Amino acid sequence: MKNKNDRKASPWKSIKVGLASLLVMVILAYGFQITKINLEELRSKQRQESLIRVARALAKPDFFEYDQVEEVINAPLFVPCLTDGSLPAMPNQTASNPYLVITPACANPGDTIQVEGFNFASKASGPLRFVPGNDPNNVVTLGRVNVETDSTGYFIASMILPDRQSTDMQYIRASLRRNIGLPHLTQTAHDTWDKIIETVFLALLATVFGTILAIPLSFLAARNLMKPVKSPLISISLSALGWPIGIALGFLIVREVGDISNAIGSNIWINLASVVVSPMLIWLGMRWAIPPEEINPPHLPIRLARLGVLLLGVLVGFYGFFQLASLTKIVGMNLRGALGSFGFLGNFLFQVGNIVALLTPVLGGLVAGGALGSFLGRIGQQGSEKLSAKGLKTINLFLTSIAGATILTLLGLLINWLYQIGNPLYTLWGPMAVGGLLGILLAIFSEAKEALPIGMVIYFITRTILNALRSVEALIMAIVFVIAVGIGPFAGVLALGLHTIVSLAKLYSEQVESIMSGPLEAVQATGANRLQTIVYAVIPQIIPPYISYTMYRWDINVRMSTIIGFVGGGGIGFLLQQNINLLNYRGASAQMVAIAVVVASMDYISSVLREKTI
Amino acid sequence: MLQVKSLTKIYDGGVKALDNVSFEVPDGQFLAIIGLSGSGKSTLLRCINRLVEPTAGQILWNGEDITAASQDEMRRIRRRIGMVFQHFNLVHRSKVITNVLAGRLGYVNPAWSLMNRFPKEDIEKAIQKMKRVGIADKAYQRADELSGGQQQRVGIARALMQDPEMILADEPVASLDPVLAHSIMTHLEDINKKDGITVLCSLHFLDLVHRYAGRVVALNEGKLVFEGLPKDIDDKKFKDIYGRDAERVG
Repeated sequence: MKNKNDRKASPWKSIKVGLASLLVMVILAYGFQITKINLEELRSKQRQESLIRVARALAKPDFFEYDQVEEVINAPLFVPCLTDGSLPAMPNQTASNPYLVITPACANPGDTIQVEGFNFASKASGPLRFVPGNDPNNVVTLGRVNVETDSTGYFIASMILPDRQSTDMQYIRASLRRNIGLPHLTQTAHDTWDKIIETVFLALLATVFGTILAIPLSFLAARNLMKPVKSPLISISLSALGWPIGIALGFLIVREVGDISNAIGSNIWINLASVVVSPMLIWLGMRWAIPPEEINPPHLPIRLARLGVLLLGVLVGFYGFFQLASLTKIVGMNLRGALGSFGFLGNFLFQVGNIVALLTPVLGGLVAGGALGSFLGRIGQQGSEKLSAKGLKTINLFLTSIAGATILTLLGLLINWLYQIGNPLYTLWGPMAVGGLLGILLAIFSEAKEALPIGMVIYFITRTILNALRSVEALIMAIVFVIAVGIGPFAGVLALGLHTIVSLAKLYSEQVESIMSGPLEAVQATGANRLQTIVYAVIPQIIPPYISYTMYRWDINVRMSTIIGFVGGGGIGFLLQQNINLLNYRGASAQMVAIAVVVASMDYISSVLREKTI
Repeated sequence: MLQVKSLTKIYDGGVKALDNVSFEVPDGQFLAIIGLSGSGKSTLLRCINRLVEPTAGQILWNGEDITAASQDEMRRIRRRIGMVFQHFNLVHRSKVITNVLAGRLGYVNPAWSLMNRFPKEDIEKAIQKMKRVGIADKAYQRADELSGGQQQRVGIARALMQDPEMILADEPVASLDPVLAHSIMTHLEDINKKDGITVLCSLHFLDLVHRYAGRVVALNEGKLVFEGLPKDIDDKKFKDIYGRDAERVG
């Protein structure tokens, strides 16, 4: 009884409810006007007719057709009857040839005549037409009555004569068609098949690339992994300097390695030998340079030697990559010709070789950037533990200003490249000064030894970029990629792939955030470092949701890839749009059926796979 | 010798979980930590291997300052401190042996462990430790297929893999029935007696404390309210530790 007062209906409350309902009404009314809801349109006869026509066409997807034969028979008549009363000659009435009998054989325009057909093929159908003029082969015809023969090849129909008077003989023409043989697939069905296969693979590739790249991103966008990542300022600025320098150095050096690899040649035996030998060298180097367990840290010379061996190993590794690329290209090129209809396997190898050759310098840049960044970061960490607070602050002033200047200068250069401002004051010196100043301010106002939450900064930046990119529809991305790589499925793969990366990274990161923290804690307590913790405590927990989300995304990608063709991104959408624009609704219907079948079966397959894996 | 000096932990929300706690643990002791839920037992144990960063105070272990250790040093310190958890904290989808081998992560070279490669000796050692706690036959099953008592034994085997000089056990038997609780406690006692490993174990039940612990510290709302032998906990002390309304049941 406590709430008695709250429940009591007050006039004020009723007025509020009334006003709210009124407001809802007004909003809905406005919505009606904006969206032009008008049921009168439906009642117009013309619209109904076209709707029925389209609906009937859609109900008959253009998959199968028969080969047809056509029998064309003309029968003469006079319109109007001649004054002398003569009639056209009766056709030759034999038992085997098809012929028409017109009664009466002459009549006035507007009169109804009766046309009988004999000896046609059974179950044939087609139009009866009036052929004006004195030419039985005239293609111009008037009127149209559809007839169908019975099982003996006979039909009877009435026809109203058109107003076309002549003293010459005119004709009634029956063109009856019938199906022969078994039904076979139409050209549309073949095209649809080709394109639907393209669609499925477009979705598959986009999903594969998207998933591979989304996994590392999702760790950066997971709050529970990034929150404990904290570093002192000196470590952050050294690392921020190390990344771009490392990327540039790595890119240049690996490209140099690529040139060396090219100079050595694209001989298949050399390639093969290199591809076999370099992993073995790396393995040996790793076995020596990375001892399985180390109870006490080794001396400096040994550590330097190990570092050298590892660097060498990495270089050999990249050399191996280039050689592998060259090898697959050669093998692929040869297989393309030799394998005949399986030539696509050769093409695949060739393209993969190309991709590897193209991506290896980029990979080198990333590896070197990461290595240098984390190495300098560690040095910074150790420095901050050993140096005095005052000395650290001085070093920080210097390093942070350089790091800030570098970052903003790079940003400025990017902006200049995008917008072509061309004024170095705004895109080079300005950002440099601002970055330096920001760095100095940061160094002054932060505690020298305090660990800053750099993990959360990375987390927020990653999240922002992901959210921004995710809000761009894949269809719009496809428009951009069509310009970049031309019309075709490749543009679709890129657009869908990019959209997959950003949306999967977000979904994945939410899964990472919801894992159990217990195992994480336990693995950390054994002395595992951050990467080991991820591999031993995070990854085993996220595999099932990752698989399930990947399936789900593949599903979405199949559906998306059916319409990405509307903007030139390849796949079945292109065909569908073409047929809709050509008003070929039977063709469009075939493609829609294909899409429905593929989407439904994808749905089924992915649900079965999901059940199996989890 | 583990020395905890004026240890204080204030969480972000302002909760004072530990308030100026000081005590010492000689090597090879079985120390029970008792107190109500929320009295700071877990926080205390986690401060010792710095899963939780203490706000103030010092923890010295054999003269080494744990609270001031750098990240690299911390890795070396942590690997000598095993930890056993109330909810076992196994990775459910991994095999038992993988969970046990995870105890070596502080020793093995990260590069190899990322590729899931452990030295042969470690694998042999893992099997030996699993034999010791009686779960060697489960080595290749998934961890979540095991019963609670078996899972806790995996947890102990994982801690033993670290060749620990000290084991922190955070209410290791609170999720188990009394029979299993004794079996787990017997394993811990065995480790303490035979291997001379210091054990810090937080416990709920006083009968377990009497049966297994060499010494007891008690916490109440983050403060140390008792330090001494288990038999010294009389009715008055009991009320100090567990509050006025508490009744002795065990």
